[in-house]
Amino acid sequence: MKMKDKVQPDRRAFLSTAAMTATALAAGVVLRTVAQAEPRSEAADDSVRYGMLIDTNRCAEGCDACVQACNRENGLDLQEKPEGAEDGKWALQKAQWIRKVQVQDNLTGKRTNLPLMCQHCEHPPCVDVCPTGASFKRADGIVLVDRHICIGCRYCMMACPYKARSFIHQVVEKKLTQTPRGKGCVESCNLCVHRRDNGIESTACADACAAEGHQAILFGDLKDPNSPLVKALERIASRQLREDLALNTGVRYAGV
Amino acid sequence: MANALVRGCLISASLAWALSAQAAGGSFVVPGSKAASEKSCVEPTAFMRRNHMEVIEHQRDETVHSGIRATKHSLAGCIQCHVSRDSNGTPIPVDRPDQFCGACHRYMAVRPDCFGCHATVPTSAALPRQPQGETN
Ligand code: HEC
Ligand code: HEC
Ligand code: HEC
Repeated sequence: MKMKDKVQPDRRAFLSTAAMTATALAAGVVLRTVAQAEPRSEAADDSVRYGMLIDTNRCAEGCDACVQACNRENGLDLQEKPEGAEDGKWALQKAQWIRKVQVQDNLTGKRTNLPLMCQHCEHPPCVDVCPTGASFKRADGIVLVDRHICIGCRYCMMACPYKARSFIHQVVEKKLTQTPRGKGCVESCNLCVHRRDNGIESTACADACAAEGHQAILFGDLKDPNSPLVKALERIASRQLREDLALNTGVRYAGV
Repeated sequence: MANALVRGCLISASLAWALSAQAAGGSFVVPGSKAASEKSCVEPTAFMRRNHMEVIEHQRDETVHSGIRATKHSLAGCIQCHVSRDSNGTPIPVDRPDQFCGACHRYMAVRPDCFGCHATVPTSAALPRQPQGETN
């Protein structure tokens, strides 16, 4: 890489920002237990756009803390294998909001790890193809499925270049109040929408990654010039996955 | 039109049931629920009997599309207040045929599909992964 010399100091700055964010988050946790943030009473609007920066250099091989945290937060770990289903098939079929992906450069052997989830596109293909309007983009940039309108056609799953969506194939016995789930609908990462609406600053995956000491996931508001997210994006080189599709993703990756 | 007629009939029937149950000395609020110790529902009782579905479904769109959570009309809220608990304090699913939503719906032969997805007892994401106790 030509920019190697330049990247190093920037990287350090990013890391320290990330560390600062982590401390800020920790403080936030304390604050929250003291004074619970108010639930949202005004409609979400486009003064914010939520997004993330994922620094793949900090994403550890073999670590799946973000996936586990997401599963717990969103009740995905409560899914039960249907009777008689093969383990392998079930592993492929059960709903998953974050996948750990590893890419390898066959020439150099360099392996890159990254969590892949809904990229919360500005121009989401899933929304374009949805025949019922169930797939929609909320004013603050979060791409969601309104499962009261979803008919389970799965066009969105075909349209998504990131394989971010899952279909619920069978009756779901156990579910959390904050994440309803049932047979016949499609779902995907909602950027912890219940946290957004209850004034909690982070996502489950970003918290878990920070708790592991990796700080590979930085969540924030892409429209706030003072947010640690925007500051980090200004400083370090990042990319959109499949930027050729011009979807203007809300999730950006560094080091890919 | 036909729908309205059916709805009218159903509602009259449910009112009749409500009146008979009240004549028998009770409302549909189940003992052991938070509602049993409250004076009133989120809206006047008579209004709720007739219109609770409209209330929740309106809220559904507000919450899912606009993110509005500061509301007394959330489905989670209905369940939180109306859920009954057994002698161990374990919440009993509200859609069971002898519980608040389930009993009236069974009598009325309405089968809302909500509980195919929505939890029938209050649960939290925090450890341990059990239904919440008596808190709140
Ligand atoms: C804070 C507690 C509380 C919440 C929250 C609440 N209710 Fe109620 N509800 C009550 C109480 C108390 C009554 C009985 C009022 C009375 O006796 O007049 C009641 C009565 C009712 C009734 C009439 C039952 C009958 O006896 O005929 C219906 C229907 C109802 N609630 C539905 C709902 C729905 C739907 C929601 C959610 C939008 C909800 N309630 C939320 C406390 C609550
Ligand atoms: C296929 C699954 C599914 C079914 C069936 C379903 N819901 Fe939902 N519902 C959801 C999901 C997912 C959410 C979003 C949860 C969130 O963001 O908090 C939701 C949210 C809601 C909310 C806002 C959150 C709350 O607790 O107030 C309401 C109200 C609601 N649904 C009402 C209903 C009603 C009424 C029915 C039945 C007529 C129903 N839903 C059936 C999946 C479903
Ligand atoms: C007093 C009797 C009664 C109680 C108690 C009651 N319901 Fe209902 N509910 C009805 C009746 C009657 C209808 C059907 C009305 C119609 O079809 O027009 C209905 C319909 C509904 C619908 C719309 C179903 C559809 O397919 O459109 C929802 C949603 C609903 N109830 C939710 C609840 C929930 C949640 C509770 C418990 C918190 C509850 N109800 C408690 C009588 C009751």
